[in-house]
Amino acid sequence: MGEQKEAIIKVRNLSKSFGGVKALNNVSFDLLEGEVFGIIGPNGSGKTTLVNTITGFVKPESGEVFFKNIKLTGLPHYKIADLGVTRTFQVVRPFLSLRSFKNLIVPLWSSRARRFAGSRGGDRDAVAIDLLEEVGFERDAYVPYKLASALPLGYLKRLELARCLALRPEVIICDEVFSGLSMSEIASMVPLIERLRTRGVTLIMVEHRLRELFSVADKVIVMNFGEKLAEGVPEQVMQDEKVRRAYLGEEIKL
Amino acid sequence: MAKQISTFERRKERLDRGIKARTEGLYAISSWREVSYLLAPRAGFIIILFLLPLVVPGLYWQRVLALAGVYALLALSFDFLAERVGLVCIGGAFMIGVGGYISGALNYYLMLPVFLTIPIGTLGGALICTLLWVPCLPLRGIYFAVVTFMFPFLTQSIILAGNLFEGTEGLSPIKGFPNTWIAVYLIVILILLSIFGLRRLCGEDIGVVFAGVKDNDQAVFASGINVTRVKIYALYIASLIGCFAGTFVAHFSGFVGVSLFAVDFSIMPIAACIMGGPGTMAGPVLGAFILAPLSELLRGFGQLRVVLYCLVLVGFILFKPEGLLSWATRKYHQIEHWVKV
Repeated sequence: MGEQKEAIIKVRNLSKSFGGVKALNNVSFDLLEGEVFGIIGPNGSGKTTLVNTITGFVKPESGEVFFKNIKLTGLPHYKIADLGVTRTFQVVRPFLSLRSFKNLIVPLWSSRARRFAGSRGGDRDAVAIDLLEEVGFERDAYVPYKLASALPLGYLKRLELARCLALRPEVIICDEVFSGLSMSEIASMVPLIERLRTRGVTLIMVEHRLRELFSVADKVIVMNFGEKLAEGVPEQVMQDEKVRRAYLGEEIKL
Repeated sequence: MAKQISTFERRKERLDRGIKARTEGLYAISSWREVSYLLAPRAGFIIILFLLPLVVPGLYWQRVLALAGVYALLALSFDFLAERVGLVCIGGAFMIGVGGYISGALNYYLMLPVFLTIPIGTLGGALICTLLWVPCLPLRGIYFAVVTFMFPFLTQSIILAGNLFEGTEGLSPIKGFPNTWIAVYLIVILILLSIFGLRRLCGEDIGVVFAGVKDNDQAVFASGINVTRVKIYALYIASLIGCFAGTFVAHFSGFVGVSLFAVDFSIMPIAACIMGGPGTMAGPVLGAFILAPLSELLRGFGQLRVVLYCLVLVGFILFKPEGLLSWATRKYHQIEHWVKV
């Protein structure tokens, strides 16, 4: 960890509209290396569109995204993942016909993973099972060998994270990893996020679960109707009058 | 696994045989009996394929067998693309035509020998098929299928309109194989190589990526892989098989003409695939070896044969959608009997 942290991702004046709806309106922010960065906002405020535009799944109308001074805007989505900016999907996208560990063979086969593969590069199955164990698949209970279609949502969300980790990412953009999970599943997910942070991965977390997000986030931006409403450390953002009114209501107790 | 039957008094009980391991495709083998239990169907398949040309009566049926082999290769190529990669490509006739015209033209104009024209026709034909289909890859599902289906008609029209390669006359004679035995065994060996090669390929990591593309291509993109490139690999592999079949047809019939683009080459593999069992690799081959001779037997009925195809297709889709091979596999692995409830 160096003292001078650099902006790893710079978002500049992003705009995108779907028909008459301005999903993103002139959104800009900087993301420092190693930071956990939260994006919150009411439903339909443009959070997922923001994720999609950064990772190249949606082309913005104007504005730019930079990753370490490489311009991401205009690059195809697989190239962006190849650079190390990876994402999870809010609606999980596992390969249902494959076993869990075989799901990770796909990212491990990518050219980025192969560049990083060391002496064990040939044995992708073993690497995949190790990765799954890292995100909490119990090897002793043979969970990594189960078909992805037989897994409950909690494991599928972890599988999404593991797919990102297989690419040795520098940035992981988590699109609502906590959504749809039970309280105990969320509780076991938080340490995993903490562990990723200590490994130096920069995280963007789009979330509705504020309590858990604020326990890990260094910085938060609030979105509303496609616009950035506020930015700052979680406590500071919560004090913001605009945020209270637009998103959290008049009274909030955490 | 027990399946409830509509009556209350008795039901069909299905028991796995001892060897069938807990997970699909993973076996714990402990004796020669179990090894032979697993090997017997596979070995039987190979042995029967090798024996068939010996037992059929006469040259005519040997030729039918070779033609069935051509359909088997096409069915295999269709099955691989549709079931393992998720690309529904009804381009069998195009592969046959391109492969056939390349090797035929090389032989007719340049007098190249058969052992050169077949590899050139296979590799070059697959390259041409793939390059022409690449622009269609952004299309999904049925749209890709329709466009690939149109390619043979398009090429046929170009050849006829431009009077290319002697137009309607076609190129003749093309040098044939020394004798029918060589031809039949060539195609049998190629079928076996293709089946086991494709199965091996699908077990490798790239095969897993193919399965991923079929399951969810967005997740493959998110994994930093260019899905289009993966699809191109798959198309090339499948086209290799199809174009080899094309070069074979050209030399086998001693003639190259627009009949190579016949719609049969596109449709029959699908029927064979559905009949034999989609996704099983060996199943479509089995289907082709049943359908092609059957259609020869019914040659006397002329166009009514098409009705038979349709009946077979509809019957299998309605009553045995899993296909012959999947059904046989289940029967082989499970004991069924009725029990009183």
